[in-house]
Amino acid sequence: MSNPMFEMRLYLLQRLTAILMLPMVIGHLATILYATRSELTAASILERTQSSPWLVVFYTAFVVLVSIHAPLGLRKIMGEWLRFSPKLANRISVLLCLGFLGLGLRGVWALTGAAMP
Amino acid sequence: MPHLTVRIWRGADEGEYQSFSVPMRENQTVLDVVSEVQRSQDQSLSYRFACRVGVCGSCAMMVNGKPRWTCRTHIRSLKSGVVTIAPLRNMPRIKDLVTDMSGFIDKWGKAGNVFESERDRRDAPVAVDPSSPRRKAADAAIECINCGVCHAACDVVSWNDSYLGPAALNRAWSLVNDERHSRKKETMAAAMGDGGCGNCHSQGNCMAACPIGLSPTRSIAGLKKMSLMSLLGGSDV
Repeated sequence: MSNPMFEMRLYLLQRLTAILMLPMVIGHLATILYATRSELTAASILERTQSSPWLVVFYTAFVVLVSIHAPLGLRKIMGEWLRFSPKLANRISVLLCLGFLGLGLRGVWALTGAAMP
Repeated sequence: MPHLTVRIWRGADEGEYQSFSVPMRENQTVLDVVSEVQRSQDQSLSYRFACRVGVCGSCAMMVNGKPRWTCRTHIRSLKSGVVTIAPLRNMPRIKDLVTDMSGFIDKWGKAGNVFESERDRRDAPVAVDPSSPRRKAADAAIECINCGVCHAACDVVSWNDSYLGPAALNRAWSLVNDERHSRKKETMAAAMGDGGCGNCHSQGNCMAACPIGLSPTRSIAGLKKMSLMSLLGGSDV
């Protein structure tokens, strides 16, 4: 890379997203456990999620963080284990990032669409 | 007298293991066994050693798959009737048990590891407080004798050619904590560059393999922390 600090910045970005995601993963798991163990029907779950602006904020942030964090980890695996060239690994990582963003935000929209302003 | 089967790598990158039978003795190191094979069975066997007492670090080889100082490894401690000896991992092989360590040494240079001082012999020596946190951090890393065992133990080195490796980064850590070193910023820039500390996965193989119990893993963790602080604007280098 032309900028010698490029890798270190990506490293920093991956660690920061990890720190931010840690409490969110716990929140996400707690939500799943609550939703699946409290005998709520799919319809009543959707009714609750679609009336909560907080859920929109929480899951949009979560999706963005995952879309940054996961491709950075996969990029390292592609370079170190699969021996992909840096250019190829970078391109696939960008595609993965966009893919995760698209899928994730579509999921957020489906769950919480009615709560959007 | 019972005998030990020793499988020794012969050749360079292309080659094969050759088996030898060596008398088993009461006190016998792996280096003793290699020397006995070379002196009594095959004089064309190439290997390196110098001090034979764990000071120079030149006899490092892979013993049953692990990098070790052969002079400090007793055959008895291996608890195995068959001993497999190969040249150090992650380095080009020259012949038999001898590797080309120039790439390993070059990485020391790439990590900004030459001590530089702005003072000369007319200046008074710097008063270094041995109990300061910085000096303690440098002292914990400074006993490395460059044997290459940690470099051979590191999986990231085997995956990523540009990675500087645990020995070079451990040295960089001792220098950025040395208050007499005048090029700390350059050393830090090299240690956090493309092949630098961010590549380490903290597997700890280097720490487990170091014959004198140093922890390059901890040194690299220190460099990572320092790098993040400097990128976030709170540099204390």
